[in-house]
Amino acid sequence: MNVMTWVGAPSLEAVAITKRFDGFTALDGVSLKVRPGTVHALLGENGAGKSTLVKCVMGFHRPDEGAVLVDDHEVVIGNPRAAQRHGLGMVYQHFTLVPRMTVLENLVMARAEVPALIDWKAERKELAAFLRTMPFKVELDAPVATLAAGDKQKAEIVKQLYLQARFLILDEPTSVLTPDEADETLGLIRGMAESGRLSVLIITHKFREVMAFADDVSVLRRGRLVGSGPVGAHTPDTLARLMIGDAAVAGPAARAATPRSEIRLEVSGLRAEDDTGTPAVGGVDLQVRAGEIVGVAGVSGNGQVELVQVLAGQRPASAGTVRVHGEPYAATRAEMRRHKVFSLPEEPLKSACVPGMSVAENMAFRRFDQSPCARGGWWLDTRAVRAAAQALIERYRVKTTGPDAPIGTLSGGNVQRAVLARELSGDVAVLIAANPVFGLDFAAVADIHAQIVEARNRGAAVLLVSEDLDELLELSDRLVVMSRGAIVHETTPVSADLTVIGRCMAGH
Amino acid sequence: MTAILVPVAALAASLALFGAFVALIGVSPLDVYQLMYTGAFGSWFSWQNTLTRAAPLILTALCTALPAQLGLVVIGGEGALVLGALAAAATGLALEGAPAPVVVPAMGLAAMAAGALLIGGAGALRHGRGVNETISSLLLSYIAIAVLNHMVEGPLKDPASLNKPSTAPLADDYTIGTLPGMDVHWGLVVGVVCALAAWVLMRRTTFGFAARMVGGNPRAARMAGLPVGRLLIVTTALAGAMAGLAGMVEVAAVHGRANASLVAGYGSTGILVAFLARQNPLAVIPVAILFGGIGASGGLLQRRLGLPDASVLVLQGIIFVTLLASEGLHGRVRLPRLAKQPQEA
Repeated sequence: MNVMTWVGAPSLEAVAITKRFDGFTALDGVSLKVRPGTVHALLGENGAGKSTLVKCVMGFHRPDEGAVLVDDHEVVIGNPRAAQRHGLGMVYQHFTLVPRMTVLENLVMARAEVPALIDWKAERKELAAFLRTMPFKVELDAPVATLAAGDKQKAEIVKQLYLQARFLILDEPTSVLTPDEADETLGLIRGMAESGRLSVLIITHKFREVMAFADDVSVLRRGRLVGSGPVGAHTPDTLARLMIGDAAVAGPAARAATPRSEIRLEVSGLRAEDDTGTPAVGGVDLQVRAGEIVGVAGVSGNGQVELVQVLAGQRPASAGTVRVHGEPYAATRAEMRRHKVFSLPEEPLKSACVPGMSVAENMAFRRFDQSPCARGGWWLDTRAVRAAAQALIERYRVKTTGPDAPIGTLSGGNVQRAVLARELSGDVAVLIAANPVFGLDFAAVADIHAQIVEARNRGAAVLLVSEDLDELLELSDRLVVMSRGAIVHETTPVSADLTVIGRCMAGH
Repeated sequence: MTAILVPVAALAASLALFGAFVALIGVSPLDVYQLMYTGAFGSWFSWQNTLTRAAPLILTALCTALPAQLGLVVIGGEGALVLGALAAAATGLALEGAPAPVVVPAMGLAAMAAGALLIGGAGALRHGRGVNETISSLLLSYIAIAVLNHMVEGPLKDPASLNKPSTAPLADDYTIGTLPGMDVHWGLVVGVVCALAAWVLMRRTTFGFAARMVGGNPRAARMAGLPVGRLLIVTTALAGAMAGLAGMVEVAAVHGRANASLVAGYGSTGILVAFLARQNPLAVIPVAILFGGIGASGGLLQRRLGLPDASVLVLQGIIFVTLLASEGLHGRVRLPRLAKQPQEA
């Protein structure tokens, strides 16, 4: 490694960047300027376009319109390696170091060109000297796996600095850290910016960190820049307002007034762990009445996915009870049928379909073992399966070459429509829905929203988990906010205080 | 379409590779292939030899193909066959004197139960303890072979079998005869019927539908409330029963007793058959006949060309490796004439 020469911190400017994916506009003319030697926070809800913006800057995406300027010169960044050459480095939300290798090994191997034979002694000496110039202290010889989360994050940052990044993008760098670790790391970053060695763009949704560590802040909402300026001009409340929007709620889909009815779904003290065995749902109590939509708001990763999976039978609960119609419910097939429990999970192709099986077969998942699809409960009448599917395809306008096409060949909206047809075409008593319109175009969204409200009007108890607050405000009768695996706030769309909701979501 | 094309291309590629191999040891590949054809399908005699070998192959292939519907890779067919054979022989000997219509089905049931226990055990370990079913079925298979050796050299040994420790021979009544007008035993019919039944089970019953859901996407199966664990254990047990039945057929139709000759590689060739048939129970039948033929031609190659007996094993190995390597080509091979893009709605 050559001698580190510190050129000053650069400025970075994004000018009118627009990025579209298949007709969906993820970024709409977003401009943003990070002044040299400052920490700039980028705020926004999930799906607001934060990640798309930094991916455009880092060369993972090519913007359809607009330009990126580094130190006031336009640069074309075609791939992440080019970004590195311009001194741009990114630290991801999740760790990218090899756990079983030491910090030293990780750093050396990350270099663009590594000699075939490595003189580890010399490398170690050089790196130790480099580290002495850094405020970050990491132990070079420790295997990454033995480091605490905060030290791992520091090692990730050191890696970017070692690769001579002068402009650092941090994607939710503190989401895996404790508050103390977060403060320490961000404090060091800020110190480096103040001393003119770095410019930083930090993606976050924690207002506290913005207020304490950032100089400037920009807020994205639905792909547009809705606010930008020095942090001093803002308060957490004004930021929450910008992030969530005025949410002039579009007239909710024709909803029948329902009298206060009996409790259909009752969750008490529910706990569950995520795939790594860490507690994700920590004692959730919830009640959903017939003819009611209860919306669950929250930033993704706060236990909503696990809650839905437990209710849908895809994940065991570690404690607590679920009752449907007052009876204990363990999400077996017999119980689902008896209580008429259905679900619309997120990413329907991945969690509710078998991509290799036909549209007709996928539509039969709920009824394949019942008449008329099955005779005597065991003989599959493939003709009946196809006929039932054909009817659903027409009724729900699923675009497919036919009932025999593998469902994996359909577009996302049509997969969701096929699942919707399967789950909602019958008599529904309880519906569990999670981000049901994620990634769909407006027409499909309106259609699916109408279907959900219609299920509610017919008397279904609906639990709707979504990362889109507008969706929840539009559809819900009652709204709860989930943060760190627990329900921290309850309100109704009519009396909702968006500032409070935003702060609850952000974990205050 | 590629479902047929890729295995056929892999087969052709491995024949070419094997040709190069025999050319290296100084034998003309053309001679080899001509002889192989003669030895496998060239005459009525060789056809009968081929079909006799195909019978157990169909059943052991089902031992891999059935769990494959659930996304499992089970390779313990050899052990299930051996254990089934032992159970069949022991039953036949224990019930000696009873009428054949009672004893023969009892032997079949005992063999199926033994095989089901072994492979179903691998399935239960997978479900209950997360043990990889491929490894456990292979290791259980070694245990099964050790059990066979222990029994025929110990408790079940016929004192008269000196050079080759065996159980006592089964009474003639209890052996399975040949099909009318040919030298092929009834085991072939058993195999074909089982393959047809397996196909019907997987394609035409609700059980098979549920199994395919689990195989295609366990998360979706759980969402539909399916008992994933029960499906897993029942299917693996059924698969083991098929291979166990192969053992019974071998004992009752070929060997007439249980001994180490039962470990003849039918189990491992069955894995190959199942993969080449792309785990389709119907396709297992022709593929098993093909491999029965390859096995049948081994003797002729040895006698006429002086090739070692293991040559056909080399061919089988090459086919298997080529086949696995070609799996990645599915969906990537675009035939200009056949290319049909899935329509995007």
